[in-house]
Amino acid sequence: MATLSTEVPDASAKPSGQLRVLTTLLAAAAALILAKAFGVLPEWLNRIPEWAIPPTAQVLDVIFDFVQNDLGLIYVTRFIAEGPLEFLLDTSANLLEGKRRWPFLGPIPWSAIAAVAAVVGYAVGGWRLAALGAGTFIWTALIGQWKIAMQTMSVIVVAAPLAFLLGLTLGVAAWKYGWFERMLKPVLSVLQTLPFFTYLLPAVIFFKVGPTAGAVATITFAIPPMILMTTLGLKKVSPEVIEAGQMSGCTRWQMLRHVYLPAARTEILVGVNQVIMLCLAMVVLTAFIGMPGLGAKLLAMMGSFKLGRSFEIGVTIVLLAVTLDRMSKAWVVKQPVHFDRGTPWWKRHQMPLIALALFAGFTLLAQLFPILAEIGRKQHLSQGKEIDVVIKSVLALDAIKGTTEWLRWFLNVKVLIPFRNTLLAIPTPAFILLVVAFAYWVGGRKPGIYAAVFFTIVAFSGWWDRSVITLYTVISAVALATLIGIPLGVIAARSEHWSKSILLACDTAQTFPSFIYLIPAIMLFGVNDVAVVFSILIFAAVPLIRYTIIGLSTVPPEMTEAADMSGSTRRQKLMSVQFPLALPTMAVGFNQAIMFAFFMVIIAAFIGTQDLGQELQRTLAGTELGKNFVLGMNVSLMALTFDMAISSWTQKRKRALGLD
Amino acid sequence: MPAGTPVISAKNVWKLFGPSPERYLKSMPAGHSFDDIRADGYIAGVKDASIQVDRGEMLVIMGLSGSGKSTLVRCFSRLHDITGGTIEVDGQDIKSLSERDLIELRRNKMGMVFQSFGLLPHRTVLDNVAFPLEMRGQDRHDRRERALDVIKLVGLEGREEYFPRELSGGQQQRVGIARSLAIEPDIWFLDEPFSALDPLIRREMQDEFLRLQEMLGKTIVFITHDFDEALRLADRIAIMRNGMVEQCDTPDQIVMNPATEYVAKFTEEIDKARVVHARGLATPVNGHALEGAPIDGGSTIHELARVLVNDTRILLPVANDKGVVTGVLDRDVALNMLLGTD
Repeated sequence: MATLSTEVPDASAKPSGQLRVLTTLLAAAAALILAKAFGVLPEWLNRIPEWAIPPTAQVLDVIFDFVQNDLGLIYVTRFIAEGPLEFLLDTSANLLEGKRRWPFLGPIPWSAIAAVAAVVGYAVGGWRLAALGAGTFIWTALIGQWKIAMQTMSVIVVAAPLAFLLGLTLGVAAWKYGWFERMLKPVLSVLQTLPFFTYLLPAVIFFKVGPTAGAVATITFAIPPMILMTTLGLKKVSPEVIEAGQMSGCTRWQMLRHVYLPAARTEILVGVNQVIMLCLAMVVLTAFIGMPGLGAKLLAMMGSFKLGRSFEIGVTIVLLAVTLDRMSKAWVVKQPVHFDRGTPWWKRHQMPLIALALFAGFTLLAQLFPILAEIGRKQHLSQGKEIDVVIKSVLALDAIKGTTEWLRWFLNVKVLIPFRNTLLAIPTPAFILLVVAFAYWVGGRKPGIYAAVFFTIVAFSGWWDRSVITLYTVISAVALATLIGIPLGVIAARSEHWSKSILLACDTAQTFPSFIYLIPAIMLFGVNDVAVVFSILIFAAVPLIRYTIIGLSTVPPEMTEAADMSGSTRRQKLMSVQFPLALPTMAVGFNQAIMFAFFMVIIAAFIGTQDLGQELQRTLAGTELGKNFVLGMNVSLMALTFDMAISSWTQKRKRALGLD
Repeated sequence: MPAGTPVISAKNVWKLFGPSPERYLKSMPAGHSFDDIRADGYIAGVKDASIQVDRGEMLVIMGLSGSGKSTLVRCFSRLHDITGGTIEVDGQDIKSLSERDLIELRRNKMGMVFQSFGLLPHRTVLDNVAFPLEMRGQDRHDRRERALDVIKLVGLEGREEYFPRELSGGQQQRVGIARSLAIEPDIWFLDEPFSALDPLIRREMQDEFLRLQEMLGKTIVFITHDFDEALRLADRIAIMRNGMVEQCDTPDQIVMNPATEYVAKFTEEIDKARVVHARGLATPVNGHALEGAPIDGGSTIHELARVLVNDTRILLPVANDKGVVTGVLDRDVALNMLLGTD
């Protein structure tokens, strides 16, 4: 932010009061740091002493224990887990992967599913989506990953509809009752920044290990955007449509059912798209609590450094993600088409009928030709070993090996380690003051106060050093991502053609489950800090590039034309017209990059980090719910601090520029 | 219902927008102006308006945007709850209606057409038109029959299965009109129904609307910001400004005797001869000896131009549509109006 803001001198110079606060904060921080450097800082000002740290985790454990056992919440949750939820999961598991449970029909032949996917693809988006749908499932079957892919899918087909229904209901309630929305809002923003490990452990404890816990964690993870989109859509219904409904004599229920919900269709379907994508992302991650499926396989393969198989699984996950995303997005923009009067029934319902016929046809064919039902162990076309050899020999090429090794050395020794040590050397109060100064400078008073409160809580959580390491990873990765992403975005925004294709690539990349980003990082850099930073870097660069392009290309043309006619060079135009106007949008991308980084840094615990994520991952093995919660809150609070500061800046800036 | 009772009768209606409007209205000193109220943090949507709509009459409410005309009409149908005063529809105070009775009233007596149509995007033309019928629980077959009838009435035959986005603006508004007529309402509200249409289509829709009204004879409250449209359609015009009704009268009277300066400004540019009818300019017979064929009182002075120029009589008898002489027109006065030299 610092570099960005200096480029645009604020038209309204900061009032002197603000400047005074800033100087005070920075001076206090500097004094503390200097005191430490000269060795005169008392130890209790450097780090919060052990005895001063409240036993939050233990207290939480007692509370959780009380709620869980004494209040009997566990019986309720276990009932849900073993009752309806398990029933649904068993049914889908039987149909998709052939688990021996009611209704004992499955597994459905892969060819039948691929055929239905093709018809659905055609119905929502024409031949290309039909090819994508069929292609994805054929690939999955041929490569020999059908069973694990279906294990993953069987959770998604249960979790996504449930998350949709819950999100819709809560969204309607939030729209209807102001107090409920006010209550829900802070919970949602915490939920959206909470690391996924924090979703997993409670799910395991309350809903027993296995698919049910995975499904619960997935549902919880996917609900917030559905709630937000539902509320947004309902609020946007045009007043005349509402009045037309009222004048038609709708009762309240009729209004909701026939007027509001259908009129908010677009936003609700966007919510559905997000629910599906988040479900996929989360289901893959539930591998960490031992859920079988694509995620678990990928985890195992990466753990044993089998790059070929990891790559193949990665492709499957990406294909699934792209297919689900494209199809649900095509559904969003799909408008109903009318049939002329007198069109026969079968023609009106052509698509479902074809799908049904193909489904039945392939199911029957599969009885005759077993290869259409299931592709056996020896029949699949996986080239895992060969790809492994290729990848490893390419990586061993002198040029590549030289580059990656130099990069690894350079980043590690010259950048990352010194930076980390510096951050760790700063006394806790000074660190908090610096963060507060940043939040205050960027966002104003309210974010500044929140920063102070949030970071003080983190300081007293007892995990300060690990929090600082988490923050260090995030900052380094986002800084590097900014250095790479923004120039890339600027260059891409120069031509319409490039903007379009890079935006498309970014949109596609954003649908990948975050887990995928670990694959290239591990391939290139092995298992170490640089790989962690690299995986976060590529993950965080995506929104940066995306919003830079969007920001630059949505600058109103009359302004760039005015700059052209004033005789500005391309550089002048960029610096004095396009950047200032695009900055609020770019800040949204920057904010997202930070949020993504906080998310990814926890996943990277898998590679072996020393931050909060590592501790979080350890809690998964046991039942330390309190500790898990404290660690998760630390991540969430740090992320929220940045989120608030940058969002507040964006809003103020947009208002100042009249872009709202 | 005794004859002569107004269909809608609004007395001293107030509609204030703000934090606690009812308390504010009670404590507000009399004679507070629109700007005084705004200074207190409230917006006077409707300010002490009294107006009556008679059975079978077309009342046009005219005013610039923000004058409160849409707000007033929404008070008539209780889309807005009023802050003060009373509104009676068919002699019933609508403020006292329960939610259920209000829904019944709208389901059976009121229809409304909106400026930007307010069509439900996910429903076909047929389903949009049948929507109010569906809401009141009519069975599928009945409502289909009725909807098809109204669709035919507004000239959209053959488009029943189209979706709103597949229609032009004019066609969409026909759907809006059809929907509002589906329940055969007694009272028909039209909120700037033709403002979103381009001028040629607007003209065509006005003609169409006059045709429908001739056929159906509803009680109509029509909102517009277009004075020409008001003059063309209205039996009576109410001109609003800052939430107040400045004048409510026949087009002839508004053009000839504007009550306030504001109304006068509107009428300045108008060619009065095209608006004023012979009966409006006529004076009582009062024993004048009249001779010759009478002229039609329902024609405008402009339509009578040729007669006025060619005739040699000083005083012309004016007859109503039944041929009975009701008044006398001074040819000189009429010619002055025709030539714009009055």
